[in-house]
Amino acid sequence: MLERTGIASKEQVASSFPSMERLAKGPVAIIECFQRIPCNPCATSCKRGAMIPFEDINDLPNLDHETCNGCSLCVFNCPGLAIMVVDYTYSDTHVSFKIPYEFLPLPQVGQMVKGLDRQGNEICRAEVLQVMNSKVMDRTPLITLAVEKEHLMTFRNIKVVS
Amino acid sequence: MKYVEVLVVGGGPAGLCAAISAAESGAEVLLTERSSILGGQLIKQTHMFFGSEKQYAGTRGIDITDILIDKVAELNVEVMKDANVLSVYEDGVISIEQNGKYMKVRPERIIIATGASEKSLAFPNNDMPGIYGAGAVQTLMNIHGVKPGHDVLMVGAGNIGLIVSYQLMQAGVNVKAILDASPTIGGYLVHASKIRRMGVPILTRHTVKRADGNDSLERATIVELNEKWQEIPGTEKEFDVDVMCVSVGLSPLSELLFQSGCEMKYVREFGGYVPLRDSNLKTSLDHIYIAGDVGGIEEASSAMVEGHIAGLAAAMSIDKQHPAFESLYKDYQEQLDSLRAGHAGDHIRAGMAKASL
Repeated sequence: MLERTGIASKEQVASSFPSMERLAKGPVAIIECFQRIPCNPCATSCKRGAMIPFEDINDLPNLDHETCNGCSLCVFNCPGLAIMVVDYTYSDTHVSFKIPYEFLPLPQVGQMVKGLDRQGNEICRAEVLQVMNSKVMDRTPLITLAVEKEHLMTFRNIKVVS
Repeated sequence: MKYVEVLVVGGGPAGLCAAISAAESGAEVLLTERSSILGGQLIKQTHMFFGSEKQYAGTRGIDITDILIDKVAELNVEVMKDANVLSVYEDGVISIEQNGKYMKVRPERIIIATGASEKSLAFPNNDMPGIYGAGAVQTLMNIHGVKPGHDVLMVGAGNIGLIVSYQLMQAGVNVKAILDASPTIGGYLVHASKIRRMGVPILTRHTVKRADGNDSLERATIVELNEKWQEIPGTEKEFDVDVMCVSVGLSPLSELLFQSGCEMKYVREFGGYVPLRDSNLKTSLDHIYIAGDVGGIEEASSAMVEGHIAGLAAAMSIDKQHPAFESLYKDYQEQLDSLRAGHAGDHIRAGMAKASL
């Protein structure tokens, strides 16, 4: 499926999420990297030791969800833009997502944008909570969004409508 | 006649790294580049590179160019831009044309790093205005700041097709679909996923049937292929597009190597005819070395590492030894091995087995 369409299967997506117990403890990185390719910036950028160091540069990322605190360093360091940070504790009704977004115009804090799934279909509305675009991010801005909890496993992208 | 110790032909990622390593070894280097800008294809790559930190992973290609050019500027490297190497003679003499002036150079060692050219695809009206190679689209957008059109059909789901599709969307161009004749996506799946979640369909097992339009491209017809790569009648789909971007692979630019008389071989995995080479990247001729895509189509990260190896080895062969030769040489060979170790490197390792001396 993924190798024919570019869309990760439900099982692949589920395998990149930690347990509900871990999600209930706060922000954590979700890594959707399912193919062995020569690439390791996620592992070398992690300052907390949450990413198990690679033996081979082709290794798949192996994240210790208990040690990860969702700091987001790996999110803008990943050349494949395959990582996001999820905070299930954001509110009773909403989960917050921090995603990399390399398009103009950047959304404004407070703006409502379209929430898209992994096929680019519109599935919800999302409120922009934060826009980070510091020099260290090297032109990969991070957008934090509040999304209804029912879209936890399906939300993955946004469309900014002016 | 001009005499130099090491001549590097081509100022892309492989040639720049070859010039750096040869000059750091103490050799006097002449670097020729046919365009007016150094960097080759790197200067169009706005995405973050893969690989490890040693190959600038996480850094954008456009910024890697600046890092390499700055290094070259600090070293004993004479750079000739707008310079076409025309011929490599049997006696080792090279002829160069620059701004209408013809000159001859006799280098002790030559490192050929001429890169690759794009392959084409045969279908009715494939010469119509609006049908581009992916490299041309990147040149228009990322060098000249020109939007190539409004609605694009991308042909080829390798890394170049996927990356250029993403760059087109960043430039505000509508990418209608990406198709590929293969049953699976050839490029990295993380690239495919980030485009798919923008809503762009990726159609594997599809090819272009024809292109139509009055003065320029207006419509593309595609068709599905079966397991035998034959068209399935009745599966035609039409796209109203003013741009078709063809990205169906690259072929080594090996004319100078043919001319030099070194031993050449057709290696399918490498995209065409390539020179046989040893682990120092020396061809069957003692004075000619290679680096990068001219020796086989691969990624820029391995082209840079190959450049360093060829630069170190070519200099060493004329008794210009880098002070840290042993450790650097070992490190670069290990980097190449690890870049090629995974599934993505299967075809490279298969090609190497055929092209090694």
